[in-house]
Amino acid sequence: MCGIVGLFLKDPKLEPQLGAMLTDMLITMTDRGPDSAGIAIYSGAKDGLGKLTIQSADPAKDFKDLDGDLHEALGQPVTMKVKSTHAVLEVPLDQMEAARSALAHLRPGVKVMSTGDCIEIFKEVGLPKDVAARFDLSKMRGTHGIGHTRMATESAVTTMGAHPFSTGADQCLVHNGSLSNHNGVRRELIRKGMTFETQNDTEVAAAYVSQKLKEGEDLGRALEATLTDLDGFFTFVVGTRNGFGVVRDPIACKPAVMAETDQYVAFGSEYRALVNLPGIEDARVWEPEPATVYFWER
Amino acid sequence: MQTFDLEREGLRALNSSLHALKGQTNMTAWEVINPKGAHAIAAGVDAPVDITVRGSTGYYCAGMNKQATIRIKGSAGPGVAENMMSGTVIIDGDASQYAGATGRGGLLVIKGNASSRCGISMKGIDIVVHGNIGHMSAFMAQSGNLVVLGDAGESLGDSLYEARIFVRGKVKSLGADCIEKEMRPEHLALLADLLKRGEADGKARPEEFRRYGSARKLYNFNIDNASSY
Repeated sequence: MCGIVGLFLKDPKLEPQLGAMLTDMLITMTDRGPDSAGIAIYSGAKDGLGKLTIQSADPAKDFKDLDGDLHEALGQPVTMKVKSTHAVLEVPLDQMEAARSALAHLRPGVKVMSTGDCIEIFKEVGLPKDVAARFDLSKMRGTHGIGHTRMATESAVTTMGAHPFSTGADQCLVHNGSLSNHNGVRRELIRKGMTFETQNDTEVAAAYVSQKLKEGEDLGRALEATLTDLDGFFTFVVGTRNGFGVVRDPIACKPAVMAETDQYVAFGSEYRALVNLPGIEDARVWEPEPATVYFWER
Repeated sequence: MQTFDLEREGLRALNSSLHALKGQTNMTAWEVINPKGAHAIAAGVDAPVDITVRGSTGYYCAGMNKQATIRIKGSAGPGVAENMMSGTVIIDGDASQYAGATGRGGLLVIKGNASSRCGISMKGIDIVVHGNIGHMSAFMAQSGNLVVLGDAGESLGDSLYEARIFVRGKVKSLGADCIEKEMRPEHLALLADLLKRGEADGKARPEEFRRYGSARKLYNFNIDNASSY
């Protein structure tokens, strides 16, 4: 069992409250996943700048003077915002790969949670309310976001095993369920050049979707393909730079509820995750059909 | 009328008040406000009372119901009226997975759509769905009646025993050992009664339905049928 929440805003007026709304939804899903929690938030891109969200088990040591060290390595200004065990680095877009290699060299203990021009990912072990407080999630603004509360089944309870998983620029995926053919699919993806941080099944699903997008498929087609190539139980919610998608396996025993108003599209593992959203009383509320792809893009 | 604010007073207080009602009681009308998708609302009631839930519910609302009439003025989460014994549950909106699963008696009315596995393993309950039902509905259903005014999803009535299924719309596919059967006068009479009690008599006529039931080929294992399981 796990909990998933997601919000895709149509009304820009709600953007300052995205973090607060998602945090409330996330905490409601605590009893579906008390092991760890995470959130991916997309906010407007800054001209020419990209973001790297990084994580360290020893932030005091790893993040000390990291912006300066990177500036020196890249010859370009780098800004760093530290939030507990995570930090968001802003670097020129054309320096993203260089920054990643420099990071691996300068701070080998640091893990990259996400890269892109608008995504930030924060995830840790612990109760959702503690994870949310640690990263001050409720203060974040953005256009869309996805959250996950984890009850681990397939791999260890670690920071890197928490969701969302990001395996491509501005892409992320969360999962409720378990995959049975992930080892085979992982081998296939490694052959195609994907790299993996964990033994987790969900990371394979994320990388699978990233690979499809890399091959030129659109989000809808990439999600469609999971239905034939991934075996097991799943409800996936995925985020891209400008999109938000949902797909459930054909058996569809992992719960899902969606709501749509003029202001937003919302996803919850259960209806109670949605009850505090504005205008929910008059929203169109439905259960996404099995083996059916839903996606919204702006 | 007893009005119970679930958000303020909590689920345990609600269900213990309802469980305390035994036999004859003066407190026959209950209203639950602010359900907000909570789980197990009015589960395990065993008294002839009328309970109205004003909003949508989470898992297992009205589970194991005996005698009570429970109305949900919203949609219901997974397992609504699971293992109901008697009484009536009426949902104004949609019902999620396995509505009425394993129900042994009583009447479940869903005015919207029901999703997958509606009436799975039903054992005597009557279910009337005004809209559509999802895949694997009435899987291994043993007895009782499932009436669907709309369409049915894949594998309807797979490995069915003696439950009767009546569908007015299209059936995407029938499950193993489920076949269409002749509609006889007694079935029309049964349907007329169920439609009336299911508050659907203004919406559909018994003649518009088709009946599905068990071919009774898979009751006992027979090697010749191995490919049908």
